[in-house]
Amino acid sequence: MSTVDLAPVEGVELAPEGRLVSLGRVRGMGVFLAVLAVITLVAFGIGVPSGAHAVFLVSGPPALSISPLTMSVRWVAVALAAGCAALAVLLVLRRSARGSYLIFSSGVVLFLWAFLAWAARGAALNLSQMLVGTLVYATPLVYGSLSGIMCERSGVVNIAIEGQFLAGAFLGAMVGSASGNLWLGVLAGAVAGGLFGALLAFLALRYGADQIIVGVVIVAFCTGLTNFLTEQVLTPDQSTLNSPQTFSPLAIPLLSKIPILGPMLFDQNVFLYGAAILLIVVHVALFKTRWGLRVRAVGEHPRAAETVGIHVLSVRYRNVILGGVIAGIGGASFTIGSIGEFSAGMTAGLGYVALAAMIFGRWRPFGALGAAVLFGFALSLQSYLAVLNVGIPSPFLSMAPYVITIAVVSGLVGRVRPPAADGVPYSRE
Amino acid sequence: MKLELAGITKRFGALVANDHIDLTVAPGEIHCLLGENGAGKSTLMNVLFGLLHADEGEIRIDDEPVRFADPGDAVRRGIGMVHQHFMLVPVFSVAENVVLGFEPTRGGGFLDHRKARKDIRRLSQEFGLEVNPDALVEHLPVGAQQRVEILKALIRDAKVLILDEPTAVLTPQEIEALFRIMRSLALAGRSILFITHKLKEVLAVADRITVMRLGKVVGAADPTAVDEAELAAMMVGRSVELVVRKEPPKPGPVVLELRGVRIVDARGVAVVDGVDLEVRAGEIVALAGVQGNGQTELSEAVCALRNPEAGTIRLDSTDLTKATPKAALRAGVANVPEDRQVDGLVLGMSIADNLVLDLFDREPFARHGARDLARVAADGEIKLAEFDIRAPSARETVGNLSGGNQQKVVVARELSRAVKLLVASQPTRGLDVGSIEYVHRRIIEERDRGAGVLLVSSELDEVLALGDRIAVMYRGRIVGIVGPSAGRDRIGLMMAGIAQPGPSESDGDNPPVTNLDLT
Repeated sequence: MSTVDLAPVEGVELAPEGRLVSLGRVRGMGVFLAVLAVITLVAFGIGVPSGAHAVFLVSGPPALSISPLTMSVRWVAVALAAGCAALAVLLVLRRSARGSYLIFSSGVVLFLWAFLAWAARGAALNLSQMLVGTLVYATPLVYGSLSGIMCERSGVVNIAIEGQFLAGAFLGAMVGSASGNLWLGVLAGAVAGGLFGALLAFLALRYGADQIIVGVVIVAFCTGLTNFLTEQVLTPDQSTLNSPQTFSPLAIPLLSKIPILGPMLFDQNVFLYGAAILLIVVHVALFKTRWGLRVRAVGEHPRAAETVGIHVLSVRYRNVILGGVIAGIGGASFTIGSIGEFSAGMTAGLGYVALAAMIFGRWRPFGALGAAVLFGFALSLQSYLAVLNVGIPSPFLSMAPYVITIAVVSGLVGRVRPPAADGVPYSRE
Repeated sequence: MKLELAGITKRFGALVANDHIDLTVAPGEIHCLLGENGAGKSTLMNVLFGLLHADEGEIRIDDEPVRFADPGDAVRRGIGMVHQHFMLVPVFSVAENVVLGFEPTRGGGFLDHRKARKDIRRLSQEFGLEVNPDALVEHLPVGAQQRVEILKALIRDAKVLILDEPTAVLTPQEIEALFRIMRSLALAGRSILFITHKLKEVLAVADRITVMRLGKVVGAADPTAVDEAELAAMMVGRSVELVVRKEPPKPGPVVLELRGVRIVDARGVAVVDGVDLEVRAGEIVALAGVQGNGQTELSEAVCALRNPEAGTIRLDSTDLTKATPKAALRAGVANVPEDRQVDGLVLGMSIADNLVLDLFDREPFARHGARDLARVAADGEIKLAEFDIRAPSARETVGNLSGGNQQKVVVARELSRAVKLLVASQPTRGLDVGSIEYVHRRIIEERDRGAGVLLVSSELDEVLALGDRIAVMYRGRIVGIVGPSAGRDRIGLMMAGIAQPGPSESDGDNPPVTNLDLT
């Protein structure tokens, strides 16, 4: 599971802003896979009694019942370890870096498979549920990373996504609950996020304040403010102000009838569909339109943009506010998308994970989607394993997604190239 | 289109960068604006292009006064500018860069790449601006990037094209090609404002010349009626020695020996690939080449600022291949770096402190781990006088000095040690004529004292004036080593990668003493 790579449609559109993967790094990935293979073999294979079995369930429509998949844990692990080792050898022997990420990701998937088999030994694991969980977690991450892309492609760093999430979640819940209209809740979330986007833009662009500091301050401010308001306003009047309905799943005709995948992808709530549409819109706008060309120019070389008559600051204001709006909608998905209640600090650092997804996805919408799905899977795995009670202490399980984030961002991403003027204040003289 | 600037005045605080400038550019004319760095040429052009706003005066197009709030206004009125530092987005294609801000669309805001390509091809053919619309700008050589800049102006139908120091980064062949393009544009009725401080180029291409000095227009000239010496005198305000005087070299033993040096940059690309070179005591070896062909990296390796991946670097008996910068410095390497403001000086510190950056931690500037500030201050005042650094006192912050005086501080520090080898990278870049004379004289004195000198310069004039031997680099390799009598054309071709070394000059291992220009 890595990024989705889009081949350039026409030579001109896509500049290869891709990462530069050195062969040394490819070998490093190979060594990493080899270590995973050894762990698989020893911990999940030989270390498991030969009689242990794991059952994988896939839920489908009743008419098309799929029989549960029963596997012997030891032999599955041994087979997967062999596969993983083979991929490791392949990586170490490679002479070109092209496609290495695909091989590496496949190896990681094999490892995860073995891990799941081991974790579910003597029990049943519902794969469909876990995949749906992945999508549920990935949804806000997609909004968050699209927000980051909007801002950073124009040259403004937005690390306030976490704060905009909280603001959107809070106001979305309150307005959605008080008005009884969930769409008003979405709108309120968007407004809340947009306001904090505007604040970031104002301080960073008007006064040239350091964007990282402004971002951190906005997160701290939003955290404090929502905590305070929850205590003072929401809690005393919980039933009217903090009990919004949630969007119920909306089945898309025909598509939702596809076996297995249909219910997973096409019988979900509007936030997931919204994320998918937004993803395509942002991608097309950024890479195919005049607007996108100008935004990217402003993010790469603002002075060049100005000399051809583009108003650098207007572009940045617009994008940072739009980015805030997107993050605000993503925030609303936390409350009126699934849980139906705002609680203090409920976004739990996912705003930062979204930022990591943006970087891992190389500031490209579909790249960020790939990363969001990866992180979403880690989060879903963690919550699922917590239920399964696999013998790993739950605090360690809750660390897992963040460990993966750190490992991915520091080690595996390689050299990514952010927009050249990202975070650099612009002045005309 | 006739362009007139009348009484343009621009002040920055107390500094008057432009003082009532009058200038007229007729249609189809190549008009040269000549002046030293800091004469106010770039400020004037930025005013004309709407990037700065004049405090007084007015701009007229075909006798009609106009005001430019921003570059967009200037572009709409037919003014195009090729900036000294290109205004191109490196990760965009040529086509994207050319149409940026002026994009053809297919409706709905979708970019029309087909039309962009077609327009670019048409203009390319019309004016001989050869470039592939689909290439990425960051992969193009500088000459081609410049053509992209010119296309950017032409696609917006510029009638007046401002070229700000366009030749600084070009090979002699590329300069010739640029001049041909300029002439074909002028023939088509477009005017060109050509800004430069290079006298030869002015005389080669200009129809009319306006000379600026210290923010004022000091005169106009007809290129058919003046010579270089007269122009230089107008530009500097006094008569100038255009030739560097130096005695024939007396080469001694080898001080610097490079063997098979290979340097790999952060991207994993070999920027220097198998270089053999020797520098003897008492000679100046000039490393010529268009910027970005490995000269910078090579000179950094000699100063141990980066370590080569393969090969050896020896200074006398010391192996510098894997040395630290400090070890290289103690061994007798002096370094005048390419970018003095970044690598040569700490701008926020005083002159005196900058003068002892290399020796501050040892006798006599420090004792028992404590600095002897009185000694540092006294030393500063002595050097101020010795090296003719123009500043009120050695306590002055280096950042407040002019470029020439900053460079003198660097030179003073580096030449105050026992120097076996002087590495000077672009030592006169951005300096005024007086400072250039001074730095050149110092380099030659150092040679005559018996030090080896490795001079890195992309200015061919400087290379020819100072170099006793000239090693030309192209794509990380030395394509040949010649004497200064080899001539501009031949060295120019070598800079473009076309090696034509003479029979006895090709071998870097044997300094071709016989080929030195001793006349």
